[in-house]
Amino acid sequence: MAALVKQKNSLLLSMVILAVFLMLWHLLTIGGTGQGLPGPVPVLKTAMEFIRHPFYDNGPNDKGIGILTLYSMGRLVFGFGSGVVVAIIFGVVLGLNRTIFRAVNPYIQILKSISPIAWMPLLLYSVKNSGITALLVVFMASLWPTLANTSFGVANIKKDYMHVSSILQLNWFSRLFKVVLPAAGPTIIAGMRISMGSAWVAIVPAEALLGSLGLGYFVWNEWNNLSLTSVIFAIILIGIVGVIIDFGLNKIAERIAFVD
Amino acid sequence: MPYLAVNNLTKNFPGGNGNGAQCIFKNISLEMQKGEFISIIGHSGCGKSTLLNIVAGLDTPSEGRVELDGKVITGPGLDRMVVFQNFALMPWMTVFENIRVAVTAAHKDWSVKKVDDWVQKYINMVGLTYAENKKPAALSGGMRQRVGLARAFSVEPKMLLLDEPFAQIDALTRGTIQEELVRMWNETGSTVFMVTHDVDEAILLSDRILLMSAGPEAQIAESVEVAIPRPRSRSTIIEQSSYYVIRNHIIRFLVERAHKEVTV
Repeated sequence: MAALVKQKNSLLLSMVILAVFLMLWHLLTIGGTGQGLPGPVPVLKTAMEFIRHPFYDNGPNDKGIGILTLYSMGRLVFGFGSGVVVAIIFGVVLGLNRTIFRAVNPYIQILKSISPIAWMPLLLYSVKNSGITALLVVFMASLWPTLANTSFGVANIKKDYMHVSSILQLNWFSRLFKVVLPAAGPTIIAGMRISMGSAWVAIVPAEALLGSLGLGYFVWNEWNNLSLTSVIFAIILIGIVGVIIDFGLNKIAERIAFVD
Repeated sequence: MPYLAVNNLTKNFPGGNGNGAQCIFKNISLEMQKGEFISIIGHSGCGKSTLLNIVAGLDTPSEGRVELDGKVITGPGLDRMVVFQNFALMPWMTVFENIRVAVTAAHKDWSVKKVDDWVQKYINMVGLTYAENKKPAALSGGMRQRVGLARAFSVEPKMLLLDEPFAQIDALTRGTIQEELVRMWNETGSTVFMVTHDVDEAILLSDRILLMSAGPEAQIAESVEVAIPRPRSRSTIIEQSSYYVIRNHIIRFLVERAHKEVTV
């Protein structure tokens, strides 16, 4: 009961914060005081227009916001999906082999701290295709956090579990799927959430710079049209989509978690 | 010919501060007959768990070797199941799955039905039928160790290696599980090697108790026969006059002699 009341209070406080924010935003932008920045009302109006026809398609450069969102999400699914699969495979290998791990770890730490956008010129020069480059940027952004977490999680699996699997003489397949991956699962998923975050963050500038259809492209296009209401709408949309994706991963994390 | 033969086992650990290797125990030899229950008792740090790990194949000796049923031990295997002090159950698996993974590993040619029936039999044996779909985190220490025992017995190993199996279980539950262990040992006729520092537990369960002197360079100082007739139970064993003779002897060893004993 008390917990329910507390939850209600949090929700109430959340609403108050939103209301205060919108109010301040409105007051600061009303009557041209905000150097021409649009207030919440015009942004909402623009948003309604976009949302009313989310899937219209008037040729290659004029598509509905729903289609653009799907483009970005599709890029995320492929780039993130392939990045995470590669990261988990290499992460397990590194985690199980201390010598390789020690040898490779410094490079991973260096690569991890490079913004995926920094690779873009090099990638674009190599593959000479903006669509594939955008995908590769997302791939790069997804790779490192999951790789680092997987190798750390696997390397730190409790010795007892490994002892049990060697006493039971499990073959590599059972060892991997019944012991190693479940034991490191929560750490791997935590890495995947960070990967997802950095991939989603990288997608916007990648699309903007490469002109690949998607939400990032939309933001830049609307900036070129000097339509700030659209830019703000897109910013909010990017945030909301990110939260929804993270919510999905969180649900998976809850299923994989175990109490020791 | 003995079933288990430990020959001149020595274990050195690398020295921590450049003093060279430290010798944990030196030239340990012991023999076990099939179906025997032997305990090894000694102070913490005398290397008794290391000795057990070497027999299990989880650790390697610096010198000497271990033979089981005529074969030299080179690594861990299903013929030597270990029951761990901290249970070592997979927390992401249910009770049933924890045992099934062992049975499947031991009998790759069995049908799913046969495996499941076998698992069920051992779950029933330790009285955990009502909890078979629970995860270890939902169980008490005593219940978890019942799962550990069921997992070990379920593959019918040549030897059971118990590493202070009841140390983390409260005293009342401990007695019950010890008696369950005796019952399972009687039913299966297993050969059991147990490490403990509980004197009463060792007397209740063992045919023979090995007394290990304190390290470094620990030795097996003495082998004490427990000539108390079976079946034993906690309530009747204390009426045996020999019980106190053995108990006093062991405690006197641990208190007075374990640290001074130097046998060459």
